[in-house]
Amino acid sequence: MLYAILCYDHEDVVWSWSKEKEAAVTADLGAVQTRLAEAGRLGPVARLLPTTAATTVRKSREQLVIDGPFAETKEQLLGFYVVDCTDLEQAIETAKELARANEGEGSYEIRPLALYKPAPGPFQ
Amino acid sequence: MSDLAWIDAALTAARPQALGALLRYFRDLDSAEEAFQDACLRALRTWPDKGPPRDPAAWLIMVGRNAGIDQTRRRARQTPLPDEELISDLDDAEAAAAERMDGADYRDDVLRLLFICCHPDLPATQQIAVALRIVSGLSVKQIARAFLVGESAMEQRITRAKARIAGAGVPFEPPGPVERAERLAAVATMIYLVFNEGYSSIDNAAPDRAPLSDEAIRLARLLLRLFPAEPELMGLAALMLLQHARTPARFDAAGAVVLLKDQDRRLWNPRMIAEGLALVDKAMRHRRPGPYQVQAAIAALHARAARPQDTDWAQIDRLYATLERLRPSPVVTLNRAVAVSKVAGAAAALALVEPLEDRLGGYFYFFGLKGALLDQLGRVEEARACFDRAIALAHTPAEAAHIRMHLDRLAPPPPEISDCPLPGR
Repeated sequence: MLYAILCYDHEDVVWSWSKEKEAAVTADLGAVQTRLAEAGRLGPVARLLPTTAATTVRKSREQLVIDGPFAETKEQLLGFYVVDCTDLEQAIETAKELARANEGEGSYEIRPLALYKPAPGPFQ
Repeated sequence: MSDLAWIDAALTAARPQALGALLRYFRDLDSAEEAFQDACLRALRTWPDKGPPRDPAAWLIMVGRNAGIDQTRRRARQTPLPDEELISDLDDAEAAAAERMDGADYRDDVLRLLFICCHPDLPATQQIAVALRIVSGLSVKQIARAFLVGESAMEQRITRAKARIAGAGVPFEPPGPVERAERLAAVATMIYLVFNEGYSSIDNAAPDRAPLSDEAIRLARLLLRLFPAEPELMGLAALMLLQHARTPARFDAAGAVVLLKDQDRRLWNPRMIAEGLALVDKAMRHRRPGPYQVQAAIAALHARAARPQDTDWAQIDRLYATLERLRPSPVVTLNRAVAVSKVAGAAAALALVEPLEDRLGGYFYFFGLKGALLDQLGRVEEARACFDRAIALAHTPAEAAHIRMHLDRLAPPPPEISDCPLPGR
């Protein structure tokens, strides 16, 4: 079974880390990632830019584009894509394409990635 | 992260929201600060055992408000004539507060807290100092160190500024759309001042100012979360991120300025650049250009160039022309001249620069650029005179050292000139 592990924390605190703190955390997490990779258990790893960089596309209401992150609490995170786009405009078009293929009440939140590490190899 | 470090970071992050809300309840900055202080002390006592609350700002507002009301009641008991009216007002505020904990109203609280620091009668440095004290919660000692003045002098300055703010009367009525836009513009300017206070002086002379740039970025992100659809706020945040990303490359080991074209671009902070570029992208979609967005777009073009020769100077020239229309200023024209020199040559740039001398005759960068342009045109003696004036106008040793390097690079004066007796000798 593949599992997604989603990371939650106060972004204001995390994005104010000093360079030393940042380096220490990156090193500690890197050690765990290396162990997972060696065991053939690691898929892609991504870090998102802060929510201030987010844009949301509503599936309903003529695919309204809203600045900021997805803010409703009555819906749940169901999945995600990582897509290579030339710019935000193309990312929005891609989200709208997905919305047309799967009409409903939900939203697609578009978050640029701060970091992306592809899977080191196939799962074992 | 240790408990205390986490609590400290959470208190700092929650401060503008919590203090802004407490200011609305108590309608008095001193009472609000006192109540916030009480709430923080209680947080330090209880959070390590019970764990941090889900919403630290809401917790601090609740606890701070109760602490403040206790204070007022205690004082009321000590004074011979209790101020019943004040107490009943506070009870009303308490009832109203309970309904307001969902955070939607925070945005005007935070904006108000920032806005009162932008009092037009306060000189820029005092606006910055008082904002760092009130909104960011830096200690007087930290602020004094950043401004290279004694602690007691800074204490006095902040106290006077706060008295001025209190005397001016804090606007508590909810702002209309026009007023909100005006407040946002004033606050954006003030945040950029804080940024520049840190950015312009990150060198050996004032290492303690560097955190001011980080603080300005933090405040801009905070505002952006509260006002997510304001393209100028996106532009402001992007501009600061893209500029700050270059900080590790701006000075060499000896503390001398390294110009953009000579910087080691591998030292630039890639995450700040990614965030800055994402925000520029977002802002552009609104098609409502403003000065911060245009400046951010210029910084973005520099950030996108892997090598200096890859820079899209023609587009930068166009963006500076836009900025000249939006916010005409001789300094903008001076910056545009740099782009013009790349696109159309030094002579065209010099033609743009020379008429500015009346207004920029006291400006270090004016003579630095004019000297460099004259040098490119082979007018070495005139270049030398400009560089000499630039050195006289330099604010920091790093600036002066940079111009001296230019002087050293100039071709030596031809012997027939240097051997000539000077007139009158």
